[in-house]
Amino acid sequence: MAKHIQVKDLDIYYDEFLAVQGVSMTIEPRSVTALIGPSGCGKSTFLRSLNRMHELVPKARVEGQVAINGRDIYGSNVDPVDVRSEIGMVFQRPNPFPTMSIYENVAAGIRLNNVRMKRSELDDLVERSLRSANLWNEVKDRLHRPGGGISGGQQQRLCIARAIAVDPAVLLMDEPCSALDPISTQAIEDLINDLKPDYTIVIVTHNMQQAARVSDTTGFFNLADVGQPGQLIEMDTTAKIFSAPREQATEDYITGRFG
Amino acid sequence: MPLSETPSAVARPRLRAGDRVFAGLSTGAGLLILFVLAGVAAFLLVEAWPALTAPPEEVPGGRGVALYVWPLLFGTALSAVFALLIAAPLAVTIALFVTYYAPRALAQGLGYLIDLLAAVPSIIYGLWGFTVLAPATVGPSGWLADNLGFIPLFAGPVSATGRTMLVAILVLAVMILPIITAVVREAFRQVPRLHEEAARALGATQWEMLRMAVLPFGRSAIIGASMLGLGRALGETMAVTIVLSVSGGVTVNLISSGNPSTIAADIALQFPESTGLAVNTLIASGLVLFAVTFAVNMAARTVINRRSEFSGAN
Amino acid sequence: MSVPTRTERESDLTLTEAAPVRRTLPPWAPYAALAVAIAVGGTVTLAGVSAGLGAVLTVVLYVACVVTVSRLVEGPRKAKDRAVTTVVTSAFLLALAPLISVLATVISRGTARMDVEFFTFSMRGVVGEGGGVYHAITGTLMITGLATLISVPVGMLCGVYLVEYAKGRLATVITFFVDVMTGIPSIVAGLFAYALFALILGPGVRMGLMGAVALSVLMIPVVVRSTEEMLKLVPNELREAAYALAVPKWRMILKVVIPTALAGIATGVTLAIARVIGETAPLLVTVGITQSVNLNPFDGRMATLPVSAYYQYVNPGVPPDPSLDRAWSAALLLIIIVMALNLVARLISHRFAPKSGG
Repeated sequence: MAKHIQVKDLDIYYDEFLAVQGVSMTIEPRSVTALIGPSGCGKSTFLRSLNRMHELVPKARVEGQVAINGRDIYGSNVDPVDVRSEIGMVFQRPNPFPTMSIYENVAAGIRLNNVRMKRSELDDLVERSLRSANLWNEVKDRLHRPGGGISGGQQQRLCIARAIAVDPAVLLMDEPCSALDPISTQAIEDLINDLKPDYTIVIVTHNMQQAARVSDTTGFFNLADVGQPGQLIEMDTTAKIFSAPREQATEDYITGRFG
Repeated sequence: MPLSETPSAVARPRLRAGDRVFAGLSTGAGLLILFVLAGVAAFLLVEAWPALTAPPEEVPGGRGVALYVWPLLFGTALSAVFALLIAAPLAVTIALFVTYYAPRALAQGLGYLIDLLAAVPSIIYGLWGFTVLAPATVGPSGWLADNLGFIPLFAGPVSATGRTMLVAILVLAVMILPIITAVVREAFRQVPRLHEEAARALGATQWEMLRMAVLPFGRSAIIGASMLGLGRALGETMAVTIVLSVSGGVTVNLISSGNPSTIAADIALQFPESTGLAVNTLIASGLVLFAVTFAVNMAARTVINRRSEFSGAN
Repeated sequence: MSVPTRTERESDLTLTEAAPVRRTLPPWAPYAALAVAIAVGGTVTLAGVSAGLGAVLTVVLYVACVVTVSRLVEGPRKAKDRAVTTVVTSAFLLALAPLISVLATVISRGTARMDVEFFTFSMRGVVGEGGGVYHAITGTLMITGLATLISVPVGMLCGVYLVEYAKGRLATVITFFVDVMTGIPSIVAGLFAYALFALILGPGVRMGLMGAVALSVLMIPVVVRSTEEMLKLVPNELREAAYALAVPKWRMILKVVIPTALAGIATGVTLAIARVIGETAPLLVTVGITQSVNLNPFDGRMATLPVSAYYQYVNPGVPPDPSLDRAWSAALLLIIIVMALNLVARLISHRFAPKSGG
């Protein structure tokens, strides 16, 4: 199910402003890829271009190629909605739908797309997704309470359950722990490890320890200068990046000399 | 899992169609607003045309549309302008009261009371003006005529029923009061707290603070709100229809029994009984009313919007 | 520079010569002045001269008292401030006077006919006493209902367009004209509906639908504005969450954005209904009046509460009292409906106030 992603010469624009320049990388299936770098270096922008969320900003656009299992998602006859059905996303702040219960939140991807499904199948899917998100035991008694009524860490795991319920091949996570306390962060990191065998996971993080803990591969983004576009400086196995990076800038960043 | 193919394979063309249909519908609804406004002008013009082109002697009154509408337009403007002169200062002071003088806990409730004034249907203001306010003004009007009779507004002779322009003006003032108050209150709410605190830190009393920091900030909102109120007063129908005893003619005498009618009141009085060219004439006068209120409202919104752009940084 | 504050009270009086601290009046002083003023004003009122004169006298006396004493004790700046406080407070009380008077009048005169017959009979064949407004109630409900059916979809879609789809110039233009549209006089809306139907069906036409169209012209801008305001409050994160689940935009709007904003929109719609349900003028020129029940909004005149109150009042029979009673009772019924709708609107917005983003 997990798919591999190939990015080639990707330039990302906000109107005329070039935000990210010339990124090429390969993301392996059934692995966790972390993207690190200082604020404003374009790592979130890059992540959002992987499922065509970037273009929701007025006048935003990309040039270059992003291929999932060889199919270019920016191809002329590709529907961005279809792309997103294959690539799930988890956001910085937990954003369960406030009008829906926990159950409905997990089922949202199915119901909002009007996919017909038997009640028992849906019950199954919700349970499976919540179990995958390590949340089932905590919420199984209050599935029909509002999704906003649980703790921040639980809400974030609810959002992950919601994302995996539609059975994506790839899971994008945009700083999923930055709004959470250490214990909830630990729970999410454990969850990422559990999900790894089934998905291709790309995670943007500010936290280098987190990148070191959860990822197999790490990419380092940086800006040449203020106002310049962000670039992918270096990408390698996480062990290599954190022990013997090739680039001076990478070393400076991970040793805390800037950023 | 069984669902992975369903959305992409089957649903895709349908989804795209749904998007297009829905976007089309909402865009259509947006454009409909513009079409309705254009339509109001166009349909009124079409239905007014026979009166505009008819020989003057066939138009009710026998002297053409322009001379039919003119006294009505005068009465409309007279009542609306005087109503505004009464309501605007009162509305500003009420907005000040609710925002700056009323106890915090009560402010919202008191504001709601003022909003209730706007909720009362105009026919009820008419009935009230006719039964309560009109008789109550007879005495004071007599005093005005006796003591200030040299002013043309109060020349008299005093109407015995009290169904005068003065009462119409007072009722209109009450009716537009909440509209002006609401807009001005909204503007006062946006006064930067820092300006107020700066004024207070200089040792200003409450009133000095209001004059230094609040009133200048709210000036264009006050102007815009007054024009909105003016627009409403110009078009108000039933209250004037019921309260005012009309005799045609053009006079500024506010307290006599001989009053000019207003366009809106004239339409309400005549339309149900009219046929043929009389209907076209009334619609022509309605077109004039539409043009005047449209211009006033556009000017009002322009003034109010300019202010909100100006204060956009807050 | 020294500034008198509220903490500096009588105890500071001894310091006045040593330090340049101004004296302030004790907090009970204005109340004492008010008591005196009310006593004098009340006497005048009770003596039967005039309630209005009594009220005016009370205010004038109070202002004079407070300002004079304050000027002597606290200096001119503080005196002016106190004068303004009094004026501002009186302006508010003055504005409440008509509201109270209107409500009192309508209630005291309207209760005469609040009986069963009033709600269950029409005016068919009624001369003199008796009769009711059943036909007007059904008419008002049908016409307002139709107007709501027209206005809510159009107004909500327009609000959706402005927030979710529109970009640039056109959006600004439409927003501007929606605001201008709120200022169209109701009688002009009525003439518009008349002219529209007269062009299609010939002059002299009257039907319930025409009234509904006229009321829609008044209602739509209100619905648009409240929809617009409420949709803007929906956090963008929810839209992104839906997009990320591969939900197409139109479903995202229908199933996520609108449900989240629904309470606010419902409040706006309720207030819009309250605004038009008491409209008389547009119905006068489009649906007219009739004495019996007409349940077909596509054919012929219909009675409505405000219009029947108007005709009962301007064309009373002989003797006039039964007619006038019916008019006032219709007015009371109308005001109860309007106030109830306002109350419902506040309750909805209070009960379902949108919880903040996270």
